[in-house]
Amino acid sequence: MNETISFKLNDKPVSLTTDGERKLLWVLRSDLGLTGTKYGCGKALCGACTVMVNNRAVRSCIVPVRSIKGKNVLTIEGLAKNGKLHPIQEAFVKHDALQCGFCTPGMILNAYSLLLRNPQPTRREIIEGMEYNLCRCGAHIRIIRAIESAAQEMKGAR
Amino acid sequence: MNEDEFRVSEYDCNTDLYPLSRREFLQSISSGIIIFFAVGEASTAKGQSRGKKRPDFNAYLRIGEDGRVACFTGKVELGQGAMTSLAQTLADELDVPLESVDMVMGDTALCPYDAGTWGSQTTPRFGPVLRAAGAEARAVLVGLAAVRLKVPKDRLDVKDGVVFDKTQKRRKVTYAQLAKGKRIERRLEQKPQVKAVSELNIIGKPHNRIDALEHVTGKARFTGDIRVAGMVYAKVLRPPAHGAKLKSLDTSAVDKIEGAQVVRDGDLIAVLHKNPDVAEKALTKIKAEYDVPEARFDDKSVFDYFVDNAGDGKVTQKGGNLESGQKLAKEVVEETYLNGYVSHATIETHSALAQFEGNNLTVWASTQTPFRLPQQIAGELGIPAENIRVIAPFVGGGFGGKIYNGQAVQAAKLAKIAKRPVQLVWTRADEFFYDAFRPAAVVKIKSGFTNSGKIVLWDYSIYGMGSRGAQLFYDVPHHRTTVSRKLRNGDGMHLFATGAWRAPDNSTNSFARESHIDIMAVKAKMDPLEFRLNNVTDERMRRVLKAGADRFGWTPAKKAPSGRGFGIACGSDINVPVVLFAEVKVDERTGKVQVKRVVCAQDLGLVINPEGVSLQVEGGVTMGLGYALTEEVHFKGGRILDLSFGTYKLPRFSWAPQVETVLIKADDSDAKGCGEPPIICVGGVIANAVYDATGARLFQIPMTPERVRQALASRAQHEVLTT
Ligand code: FES
Ligand code: FES
Repeated sequence: MNETISFKLNDKPVSLTTDGERKLLWVLRSDLGLTGTKYGCGKALCGACTVMVNNRAVRSCIVPVRSIKGKNVLTIEGLAKNGKLHPIQEAFVKHDALQCGFCTPGMILNAYSLLLRNPQPTRREIIEGMEYNLCRCGAHIRIIRAIESAAQEMKGAR
Repeated sequence: MNEDEFRVSEYDCNTDLYPLSRREFLQSISSGIIIFFAVGEASTAKGQSRGKKRPDFNAYLRIGEDGRVACFTGKVELGQGAMTSLAQTLADELDVPLESVDMVMGDTALCPYDAGTWGSQTTPRFGPVLRAAGAEARAVLVGLAAVRLKVPKDRLDVKDGVVFDKTQKRRKVTYAQLAKGKRIERRLEQKPQVKAVSELNIIGKPHNRIDALEHVTGKARFTGDIRVAGMVYAKVLRPPAHGAKLKSLDTSAVDKIEGAQVVRDGDLIAVLHKNPDVAEKALTKIKAEYDVPEARFDDKSVFDYFVDNAGDGKVTQKGGNLESGQKLAKEVVEETYLNGYVSHATIETHSALAQFEGNNLTVWASTQTPFRLPQQIAGELGIPAENIRVIAPFVGGGFGGKIYNGQAVQAAKLAKIAKRPVQLVWTRADEFFYDAFRPAAVVKIKSGFTNSGKIVLWDYSIYGMGSRGAQLFYDVPHHRTTVSRKLRNGDGMHLFATGAWRAPDNSTNSFARESHIDIMAVKAKMDPLEFRLNNVTDERMRRVLKAGADRFGWTPAKKAPSGRGFGIACGSDINVPVVLFAEVKVDERTGKVQVKRVVCAQDLGLVINPEGVSLQVEGGVTMGLGYALTEEVHFKGGRILDLSFGTYKLPRFSWAPQVETVLIKADDSDAKGCGEPPIICVGGVIANAVYDATGARLFQIPMTPERVRQALASRAQHEVLTT
């Protein structure tokens, strides 16, 4: 059933009319043209589709778009502010924390959510927090390093 | 012809059909300095171009009026960092800043023919020629500068794209100025002098990926991210099993869904919709019945099936005579090693977008072989290959899985019928189902060694796969390698497609060989490192073994198993000797193996980007943990039972060991590829380390907790028997 759904997307209000049961991932990718959020499995098993809803990482492939009415959605496209990369993005570049890059947006947003809740995580906490995001290329070691370094960087900024 | 070469040429397409000639290329370029060059097969095409449209080059570079350097190659960026290492190579020889190099890759309309990106071929085969082309371009530019500045060439030097007089630095001219208004075409005929290693500024230095920025901001376009006007999304109907025949089909329920369209072309049945998720939902409304052939074997019985039904094997390598070997041996060891099917499971599933414009077709595809695709489509659709342009944007991982292009052919068929652009992104379940798996295989080894721990007999039989990686680098006087890939009735062994998976066959062969070597070392009462050194004379392998042992801090143990959980495994792939050392911990209660540390030593020749090599080693080792510990496709006949990441388990963050890369310095030998060698020893090294930790010997990978527990249990029985 079609309904009108309004929410904030990367700080801008959006409104669209669609079937509220449809999953946020597809609304972002096809209706709203934001393709940085990736499809990897459609079953909440890989994390490629991770976005932030009200400052929490969610797997957009299983989130009905109806459920985000009135909420704040942040996708990878909205993370850099005024052309300046977020420290996590910087750290991913600096530490080569990617190979094919397909898992990268999901990894970055999951890390963002992790650091929001726990700004100074131990290595173990990083691993636990990232455990359910998959990377086939084996960039794990660099991703852990990048998150550690971003945490350091962000501490300095506060 | 050895088997590896065969593997490569197998996928070569018929370049006669390739549409672009050099003249046509030139017409599309208005100015600048252009160097054409050939790598591999195109260089042998000289003289064939008459009457046929095959170009005699397969890459070119251009220095434009703006001073930017563009390199056009049919190679594809799959995550291996080729874009960065090739740009580095070129920038160094040309003496321009890395930032001024644009890599144009994988577009059949802009780039000359390339057979494909696989098998770690880019660095060893493409790199040296690109260096030469860069050097040639630099020589042309210096020549022009000499005329312009009226200074003899040998007084000129270049820095950051500026040619200057060494004695009078103010006299200078930029590449951009030199290229202005010119159209100079050169062809690399003979190798110009490239820089000596000591003169290199960019090659050999760590450099971050030049495409990283696009990836971290979500701007990088993969095939599934391309949008064109009027496009619709397709989802294809997947049969329940390979070999299944469609009995009945009822698509009437789909018609009730607004905007959904069913398209059928023989066995290809798809639903199209302007939203991919709606297409997927609509697809579930189709009622289809199939006849599924009875299962001949499953993931458990496959190994016996292969061995029991194999036709006569082919001897691929032989030396001495096995009987003499047997006589010389003090002890003979016979074992069988098993390895299941493994999926590529790239996070990006196969994707394609096909768009007709009049008679012309453009296809964006996640592919390792963009130049193969026009002919595949031409064959299936009956349109000329010349009318088809393929663009491979960023590809989300390949590992040998994206050379077949099935999804792109499907998309093209659907677009033709629907008369609209169609994007097809396989679902995860499609991806598992249609993947060409690394084949399941059995390796049987009978070997013998003397009192002094010299291997004298090696009878090696492979069932179900090829012999890449089975070539012996141990010195064995009497040996034979036999490969059986067919059943007695001449049919192939596998029920579904199998193919290259990051160093095809080698991981399985290396697991079998290195496990077996360790077993012999224990029986010979020798340290596994010493036993290997005792049987290897190849200098490169010895150096790698010693350097790796050094870094790892290997010391001989007093007994085997030592309880330390240390393992070694050697291997060789595409002429790269590689040795892995590992330390593991085994939870004997659960059977779970944790790999704590891995040292990977390799001799790669000249290293273009050490940072890139470390990345590839870490990636290869981490990915290798999957096939070593959990990854295995479960199936029953043609039915694939693992269709999601829920049951098919990829390596995760908590598995990541400390990985250290050791490179033997060999700058004077050619650069070699590094995408594959590190992965081949992961199974073997973990099996050996598990034995060293617990005394349990695993003869089958993946070493799942269940199998480890079984091996631990049979170890106990064994101990009871011997005491
Ligand atoms: S696509 Fe959502 S978790 Fe995989
Ligand atoms: S970088 Fe390729 S999947 Fe993570």
